[in-house]
Amino acid sequence: MIAALLISFAVALAAPWIARRRAGRGAWLLVLLPAALAVYFAALVPTVAQGTAALAVRTWAPAMGVTLALRCDGLSLFFALLITVMGALVVAYSIRYLADTGQRGRFFAYLLLFMSAMLGLVLADDLFALYVFWELTSITSFLLIGFDNAQEKARSAARQSLLVTSSCGLVMLAGFILLSIAAGGTFRISEITERAGEVRAHGLYAPALVLIAIGAFAKSAQFPFHFWLPNAMSAPTPVSAYLHSATMVKAGIYLLARLTPALGGTAPWFALLASVGTLTMLIGAVLALRSTDLKRVLAYSTIAMLGMLTYLLGAGTERSIAAAMVLLLAHALYKGALFLGAGAVDHEAGSRDVRQLGGLARCMPMTATAATLAAASMAGLPPLLGFAYKEMTYAASLELEMAPVLLTSAAVLSNALTVIAAGIVAVRPFWGSRMRDTVHEAPVAMWLPPALLAGAGLLLGLFPGPVTRLVIDPAIAAIVGQPAAAQVSTVPHWNIELLLSVVTIATGVLGYLCWDRLRTWLAMIDRASDYGPEHAYHAAVKALQRIAVMQTRALQHGYLRYYLLTVFATYLLLTAGAMLVHGVPAALPDALPSAALYEWLLLVLLVAAAIAAILTGSRLVAIMALAVLGFGIALLFLIYGAIDLAMTQFLVETLIIVILLQVMRRLPPIGPPTRHTGRPRVHALALSIAFGLLVTVLLIAVIQQPFDDSISDYYARASVPEGHGRNVVNVILVDFRGLDTMGEISVIATAALGAWALLRARAGGTR
Amino acid sequence: MSTLVLRTTAHLLIALLLLFSLFMLLRGHDLPGGGFIGALLATGAFTVYMLAFDPAEVLRITRGGHYHRLIGTGLATAAASAVLPMVVGRPLFTGLWIELQLSGKAEPLHLGTPLLFDLGVYLTVLGAALTLLMELEEDT
Repeated sequence: MIAALLISFAVALAAPWIARRRAGRGAWLLVLLPAALAVYFAALVPTVAQGTAALAVRTWAPAMGVTLALRCDGLSLFFALLITVMGALVVAYSIRYLADTGQRGRFFAYLLLFMSAMLGLVLADDLFALYVFWELTSITSFLLIGFDNAQEKARSAARQSLLVTSSCGLVMLAGFILLSIAAGGTFRISEITERAGEVRAHGLYAPALVLIAIGAFAKSAQFPFHFWLPNAMSAPTPVSAYLHSATMVKAGIYLLARLTPALGGTAPWFALLASVGTLTMLIGAVLALRSTDLKRVLAYSTIAMLGMLTYLLGAGTERSIAAAMVLLLAHALYKGALFLGAGAVDHEAGSRDVRQLGGLARCMPMTATAATLAAASMAGLPPLLGFAYKEMTYAASLELEMAPVLLTSAAVLSNALTVIAAGIVAVRPFWGSRMRDTVHEAPVAMWLPPALLAGAGLLLGLFPGPVTRLVIDPAIAAIVGQPAAAQVSTVPHWNIELLLSVVTIATGVLGYLCWDRLRTWLAMIDRASDYGPEHAYHAAVKALQRIAVMQTRALQHGYLRYYLLTVFATYLLLTAGAMLVHGVPAALPDALPSAALYEWLLLVLLVAAAIAAILTGSRLVAIMALAVLGFGIALLFLIYGAIDLAMTQFLVETLIIVILLQVMRRLPPIGPPTRHTGRPRVHALALSIAFGLLVTVLLIAVIQQPFDDSISDYYARASVPEGHGRNVVNVILVDFRGLDTMGEISVIATAALGAWALLRARAGGTR
Repeated sequence: MSTLVLRTTAHLLIALLLLFSLFMLLRGHDLPGGGFIGALLATGAFTVYMLAFDPAEVLRITRGGHYHRLIGTGLATAAASAVLPMVVGRPLFTGLWIELQLSGKAEPLHLGTPLLFDLGVYLTVLGAALTLLMELEEDT
């Protein structure tokens, strides 16, 4: 499994190169990747359906208990199949959709990278691995939303999605850590699930739940984090179909489902998820009716359905979870089809505004059929799969212990509004009076994927048995913890659920017929959204920028002198302050240390050089004096036996002098010391004397502590047998503490590159 | 400064310094030396060349002066030496060593991934120092 994931990433990275082969036809090869992965996961269906999960573990940092663990049980397999099959269809669709834009290779790379990251997310059994993949999906989504990066709208929408989902992702990480503490220190989800009892009883349960929920809510566009999703519609339509309806936004739902055995079943769980979910599904459904852009209507109705999923997961009964799984499948199928259909309409008719479209069924029969079938599933008409989900939802809501009537009514209302949205998206553009002429049917690659998706919705509605047994039941079993047998059927039975469905559809149809009038009423809501969460986001970003500008202007004034003053003064205040409070840990030494004559002479030389550097009026002399200081210190190192250090100091000093001389050639001359006013000099003098005294006291304190040589002893002993080297300093740098050295050379590289950029920019060259 | 003397000795000095820098790199593990010191010595070589002749000369002998490529190569080498043990199943940054028995020597020659890492350090520091040095010379 790990190999499959790695291959997926590798192909994704190579995608631009592959897509350029054979004048662009090579892109069709890229469809093979998701298709092959789908076949691979389909092969796992028999074993997983019986209850055994496929496991692949690689140890990463055993000392910290972090492993790369992939576990494919019913839930993961369900999602993996969804991701790969939809991926194949979307890639095929995009090849044609983006045929006339450049940079297709970049698009496919991002898309396939996203797919690989999403697969990693649903397969991960280790909390940290899950988090890494989670953030990877956020980043690739950012890249895809802002794909048309010439447009300001796309850029700001991308930034918004990244800021909202990533900052809440950080909050979620904190929740993960709390969760692992509550479970006794393990990071493996399967182990946490086994210890569910002690997790739920732990004092950290509530904070962990809230923090993790925030992350999941942001990713799945729940209120109040929902505002990024409609703006994400600036992305190319295949992206909207894949990420923002079928897969990425379901990641939060997946996380909640995955953690249900560990965190679910308690009153806080129910309260949090049911309330947020219900609120979201109502808000989303209402806002869907306000827009006339096809994609925004679909986006808001996605938010509504995500709210429904959250509510169903919060309810936690076996029937509600079964309903959630069916909704997941049905929603992915119909939403994907509708988005791809909307893209086809946009591509052919040039507009996404419903007011300008009508009667397209005559010119685009295949797209119209696909869209209509999908919309029927969305409205919940039998015998499509959407009808099954509705019945199951109502049944589950009615048997809840807490507030069944309220929640069921909310569900009915939300579904009714969804019916209206379905009408807006499918009936209005395709049927009715003709508004445009000369519109062609979309090419095969663009009507076939939505047709397949919509057709699957019909097929699975008619024959739900095999898919239920093989895919949905294992998923439910993975969440609930015992084998499940869901009753998925689209045959209407005479019961209260049917009545509710009839009420839903009737209300929806009525609402659709009065949609234009509804829209004018809903315009009053626009005023309210000025105070909504999106406004809060914009205000927060603006405030952040203002603070950044203020702080930069105050601290980064450009005077090196004042930077140094600030740094030294702060250090002095903090350390001297601490010593005043806790007492000085040093005692005056009782005698002068014994040292050879040449050491004393060296010391005198160093002090003389320092004084010369201060008092001289010529910059050249000052630099030479500093050089003497540097070389003198190197000599000191040599005298005390630190040869590597001495050599490095000699060489660094030489280079610094050369660079200083080069810089000096460009600066204006200092002039005699009397040019400066007395004041700054006194400050500097006082500060430097105080600083020198402070460091001296600290050094004396350090020397007077007993020296613990266990670490140096270990290194000295282990240097030859484990490090294969006799130079302990080098062995430590390169072998024992290699990671630190890696960080150091990265810093050196960054500094050099930064200096290079600055010097180049100043020269104004474009070499 | 007597540039004639410098120019005459520069060629010799540069060859010596470059060889010495490589020598320092290779012997770092058992005797004082190592990647940092070697890189700084090599930078010293180029500095002498720059002071003796034109900076344009240095650009010529480094074929255009794309020092940032050195930096990238160095970082990649260091990273590769860290990741290499993972290919054979050991954790990150494990030192892998092979021993070569040379004829006529009692002790075998140790070659390992820390040496590769040191080479990466050498290239990175060399690239960084050359960048800082040469870019300042650009527009005088």
